[in-house]
Amino acid sequence: MTADTQQQASPANAVVLQILMGVLALGALLATAFSPDPLFRLQGWIFLGAFVVACGVLTIGIANGQFQNDQGKYEDGVVRAGVIATLFWAAVGMLVGVVIASQLAWPRIFYFPDFGWLNFGRLRPLHTSGVVFAFGGNALLCTSFYVVQRTCRARLAGGLAPWFVFWGYQLFIALAAIGYLAGITEGREYAEPEWIADIWLTVVWVAYLLVFLGTIWKRKEPHIYVANWFYLAMIVTVAMLHIVNNISLPISFLNHKSYSAFAGVQDALTQWWYGHNAVGFFLTAGFLAIMYYFVPKRAERPVYSYRLSIVHFWSLIFIYIWAGPHHLHYTALPQWTQTLGMTFSVMLWMPSWGGMINGLMTLSGAWDKLRTDPVIRMMTVAIAFYGMSTFEGPLMSIRTVNALSHYTDWTIGHVHSGALGWVGFISFGAIYCLVPWLWKKERMYSNTLIEWHFWIATIGILLYIAAMWVSGIMEGLMWREYTPQGFLAYSFVETVAAKHIENVIRVIGGLMYLSGTLIMVVNVWKTIAMPSSVRQVESSGPAAALSAQA
Amino acid sequence: MSERDVKDPTDPKDVGTTGHEWDGIRELDNPLPRWWLYVFYACIVFAIGYWIAMPSWPTPFGYTKGLLHKSDRADVVADLAALHKIRGTEGLLLKSASLQQIEADPKLQAYALAVGQSVFGDNCATCHGAGGIGGKGYANLRDDVWLWGGTLEDIQHTIQVGIRSDNPLARSSIMPAFGKDQILPAAQIDDLTEYVVALSGRTADHAAVQRAAPIFQANCIVCHGPAGMGDQTKGAPNLTDKEWLYGPNREDIRGQIWNGRGGVMPTWEKRLAPETIKALAVYVHANAAGR
Repeated sequence: MTADTQQQASPANAVVLQILMGVLALGALLATAFSPDPLFRLQGWIFLGAFVVACGVLTIGIANGQFQNDQGKYEDGVVRAGVIATLFWAAVGMLVGVVIASQLAWPRIFYFPDFGWLNFGRLRPLHTSGVVFAFGGNALLCTSFYVVQRTCRARLAGGLAPWFVFWGYQLFIALAAIGYLAGITEGREYAEPEWIADIWLTVVWVAYLLVFLGTIWKRKEPHIYVANWFYLAMIVTVAMLHIVNNISLPISFLNHKSYSAFAGVQDALTQWWYGHNAVGFFLTAGFLAIMYYFVPKRAERPVYSYRLSIVHFWSLIFIYIWAGPHHLHYTALPQWTQTLGMTFSVMLWMPSWGGMINGLMTLSGAWDKLRTDPVIRMMTVAIAFYGMSTFEGPLMSIRTVNALSHYTDWTIGHVHSGALGWVGFISFGAIYCLVPWLWKKERMYSNTLIEWHFWIATIGILLYIAAMWVSGIMEGLMWREYTPQGFLAYSFVETVAAKHIENVIRVIGGLMYLSGTLIMVVNVWKTIAMPSSVRQVESSGPAAALSAQA
Repeated sequence: MSERDVKDPTDPKDVGTTGHEWDGIRELDNPLPRWWLYVFYACIVFAIGYWIAMPSWPTPFGYTKGLLHKSDRADVVADLAALHKIRGTEGLLLKSASLQQIEADPKLQAYALAVGQSVFGDNCATCHGAGGIGGKGYANLRDDVWLWGGTLEDIQHTIQVGIRSDNPLARSSIMPAFGKDQILPAAQIDDLTEYVVALSGRTADHAAVQRAAPIFQANCIVCHGPAGMGDQTKGAPNLTDKEWLYGPNREDIRGQIWNGRGGVMPTWEKRLAPETIKALAVYVHANAAGR
């Protein structure tokens, strides 16, 4: 490709985006002006601000002839932006987690009647969406954009489209987060954003799918690497889950509120089909993709078994999609549906563990690095927590176990061993790899700080989940305790009061984990500020990779 | 290396690779771990066995019931039957006995107290506090001060109909918001506050009390009585004792005259069975300090 054609191609694509942003800004302006609903106008202002800024940035960029699309180089700018966004949202999401944990431990002190938006009910979805979709989502976005380019030896497809995906996703997060604080919610767990934000996410997500598929389409490798299967499964399935679970009818097209198309137990089952597969495809498949690239890369070892990766990939995605009903044991959901949810969850155990085996066995032959490289250690602990929580999950899905564990803190402990241990640590490990690669540095600024991060966060996780196991089993037993006359032995308030110490330990554990993250933020900041090494600057594109192989 | 009898599964030379390479990453050609495969099969066998035994797959004619004929609905019916058996004679007696009969029969009273304690914990403690110690705006049920009467019948009736609830027979009275609705000027409300402080036997600004006497006569005695002793038929509290629903301090008292707050207690007769309300009345009555 000559330089001339490139210069013509990319501004055209930028101009289209610029016009689109202008039209959307106009639409947002009109919708905001004509809506009688203050909460809809709030969303309108956020949209308007974002589109105006985007249009302005594009106008200035186009005027200066920027946004070139050199096919001989990788698109790493959007990956760098994604790394920073990941760290930012990690700090925000975990901070809100510590705040709401404190509200549970000391409800009198952390209660702000004059600031309704600081109530637990508003902050809790901010925490869950903040860590799952803002932190986790950005980690998936930036690693997938990095990995797909390297393993396909092709620049990201779509010119400015990856940037549209990145900023569009941040806009979705802003809409969701500000919306929660203002009281905009669908009341569906992990799917709280209202219809207008849902539609926006659908547009962004489809663009993400097209960028990813387009990059795979023009790959220069004969085969598609296993990490890309997992990323693709994540993107496709999340699109399906998001769209089906959010089918709803707005009160009016100028009102923020909508109501689900489903009712009663069908609505509950749709929600938990979504909810469980958000865990399965967002937090499991997506992060397994991260593991499949960064673990062999960092350990400089081949992946243990190609066959295992195929079999556990297909069995995982086939079985996971059925497991949702285990969230509705002993409810109005028909018993046969509960049976299916439970048995498919039990069958899910080994397909989940296939990823753990492949991850751990890839490290064998490089065990000495566990002592010397805290990043390898972090990823190993991540895989260990992955194995533990994917054993605990099928266990808790068994109806008799669930009868004790459901609605208790045990579930919270289970989620956090997966979220803090697996999702958090594998993402941190990937970021510790990515930062020196992306910013062309020899290494991270400080290995000692990584050591500190590792230990403080690991101890924090252990405190957190141990406290939740104890309080969960305790409150489960208290709830089912009867007097000889067959009356409940404990009132609900008494079971809450009994958990005070565990709630305090949870705050301490969460605070330690947050501290580890903040240490990482400092370390990344310092690394980016270090002078670049000349050697690293060179190989940074498909062309370079090709010549290196030749 | 490759001469050895035992292959090293982590050595590319021993097990070979798939021959692909992505960004330096290769894949070994190891078989599926046997134990992994067998446990996976075992889980599938367990699932199939469970499907045969339990209600599982939907069909055009309902769903497969399973060989064990288990059913959550049948289990609940059996549990309830067992419960009725445990509760036995006392449960039946509670339905027919009067409140006084319940208190007079130690065995029946013990049963009623057990019922009452459990029901109180799950329904009443949310507002009235664990054990009924109350809170600001929520009556303390452990003392001998009653807004709407402290006899067994009074308590039973209050639980049945609620206070300012949506029950047409609800106990209801409204204290005017003397300040908010501009019935009295602020200065007179300050004076009235002193008057009420004096009523409860505390030292107060004498001149203010003097000024407030005619205002009290004109505005307050209809409910609270000439001496401020209150009226349980109207839910008007006695102002001469040391119990205060909205707090004992001058600001609290002034706030109540200004805003005329009145709390809402739900009607329980639609949610709790008549015998449960009886048991609750006996429990509250027995736990109060006086009678």
